[in-house]
Amino acid sequence: MAFLELNNVCKSFDGHNVLSNVNLSIADGEFVAIVGYSGQGKTTLISMIAGLTTPDSGEVRLEGNIVAGPGPDRGLVFQNYSLLPWLTVYENIALAVDQVFADWTAEKRRAHVDKYITMVKLSHAKDRLPKQLSGGMRQRVSVARTLAINPRILLLDEPLGALDALTRATMQDEIANIWQTERKTVVLITNSVDEALLLADRIIPLTIGPGATLGEAVPVRLERPRNRTALNHDPEFKRLRALVTNQLLGFNAARKTSITKKLIRPELLPEDLDLPRVNRPPRRLGEEKNETLSVA
Amino acid sequence: MSKFLDISQLVKTFPTPKGPLTVVRDFDLGVKKGEFITLIGHSGCGKSTVLSMVAGLSDITAGGIILAGKEVTGAGPDRGVVFQAPCLLPWFTAFENVMLGINQVYYTASKLERRQIAEYYLSLVGLADSMHKRPGELSQGMRQRCGIARAFALSPKMLLLDEPFGMLDSLTKFELQDVLLDLWQRDQKTALMVTHDVDEALYLSDRVIMMTDGPEATVGDILEVNFERPRTRKQLLEDPEYYRLREYLLHFLNERSHHRPGKAGQQALAHAHA
Repeated sequence: MAFLELNNVCKSFDGHNVLSNVNLSIADGEFVAIVGYSGQGKTTLISMIAGLTTPDSGEVRLEGNIVAGPGPDRGLVFQNYSLLPWLTVYENIALAVDQVFADWTAEKRRAHVDKYITMVKLSHAKDRLPKQLSGGMRQRVSVARTLAINPRILLLDEPLGALDALTRATMQDEIANIWQTERKTVVLITNSVDEALLLADRIIPLTIGPGATLGEAVPVRLERPRNRTALNHDPEFKRLRALVTNQLLGFNAARKTSITKKLIRPELLPEDLDLPRVNRPPRRLGEEKNETLSVA
Repeated sequence: MSKFLDISQLVKTFPTPKGPLTVVRDFDLGVKKGEFITLIGHSGCGKSTVLSMVAGLSDITAGGIILAGKEVTGAGPDRGVVFQAPCLLPWFTAFENVMLGINQVYYTASKLERRQIAEYYLSLVGLADSMHKRPGELSQGMRQRCGIARAFALSPKMLLLDEPFGMLDSLTKFELQDVLLDLWQRDQKTALMVTHDVDEALYLSDRVIMMTDGPEATVGDILEVNFERPRTRKQLLEDPEYYRLREYLLHFLNERSHHRPGKAGQQALAHAHA
């Protein structure tokens, strides 16, 4: 039995067919990346797995049970971090831990929160408020909060989309490390082929809507731990990178409809706005050439 | 061949409470007419500072910039700038935003011809069906398409692009890179672009200028990118040379960008690319 299963899932909003016939089967401990364009239903898909929205038809099953609503067995990390601004790093994480592990002693819960703060390397900042943290640090808090409730599956919805390239690379390495030690099942939503190749066991492209669905999965059999620089030499990495990128570009090329429209580009030359305005017809490209000739 | 854009011994100093900070020092670069040049370097190294001095939006502390035989002393419509955020006026439609500059630069032309120019460029960037929408009704990618149309519509001598695709997701970025390349080729413009994306630099440019880390940033190395044009992404991804160049750039950013080349190194660079 698959750990997470989506069977013929369809979802529409206001008559717009967003996702149709999505089938997905993920094994326990697997890291799957879903790659697709903006606005094609990636977030809708992960919201249905999280139980935040329900499919119009079809079903989502986690360990055999139909998902009917959100629950702490699925940990969700959003792109916008979703931290409470009036709580410190420690308090944001403790809020989740105190809910989920209410039967633990206060001491045990405190140690648990500290463990995850250490894991994401924020011990020095645990008493700071979110506004006193950088984007990367805020996302680490969000990751720690999600891991601390010990979910059965991690759902990452473009978690690094808002970060700059350098911070993004560091966070990718951290996610890879955490996955190595915790061995959770992960579904990562991303628009970056490189990110997917660096982290996932399997990459599944999302086609373009209306009625987007999952394309053919690409298994990523690159050795772990994966090193960004070393991968650049790896022929298998290059092959997969070209394969997935071309697949995605292909979806988009199919979407393009060519329009026939008569366009006119008047051959005007821009006026020099440093000079006083003149009252004469515009200069044209052909005339400029004549001018140059007479000077020569 | 003569230099269309000539940047020589460029210096930029900012006053700070702790005294003056030299962000860029002795930056030299010559660009040929029709060339596509990218400046690559880490965040905060001074790439954008160089670009905004060429745009005339930032004062030059020392050194000089000459564009098409004329010294750059301030901003002007002969340089089209595309910023990271498209900076459109929200109460105007895409069309009206583009018309704003056209009405100034082509004030001698008829209204019909001015409208034709706006329609031409908005259609080429893929906004034929949405040019009468306001920025609020457009996606981030579409707004940036409008920003590109606005820059090309004024027939600038030079295009200056400051991380124009930095805010877009990587797949939308691919589309817009193609839009930009297509227009650049069509209008045969000279372009200077700032980016920190290695793949973007290789796909678009004729030469990649690698900048050392600031303060006192300068040219660390120059890479010639000789892939045939027009380029397709598919063809590049299959070319072994592509990965060799990609690695060269990554190696520079990871290892070498931290060291400023000595005087001799700079002279050798200048000589090799004269």
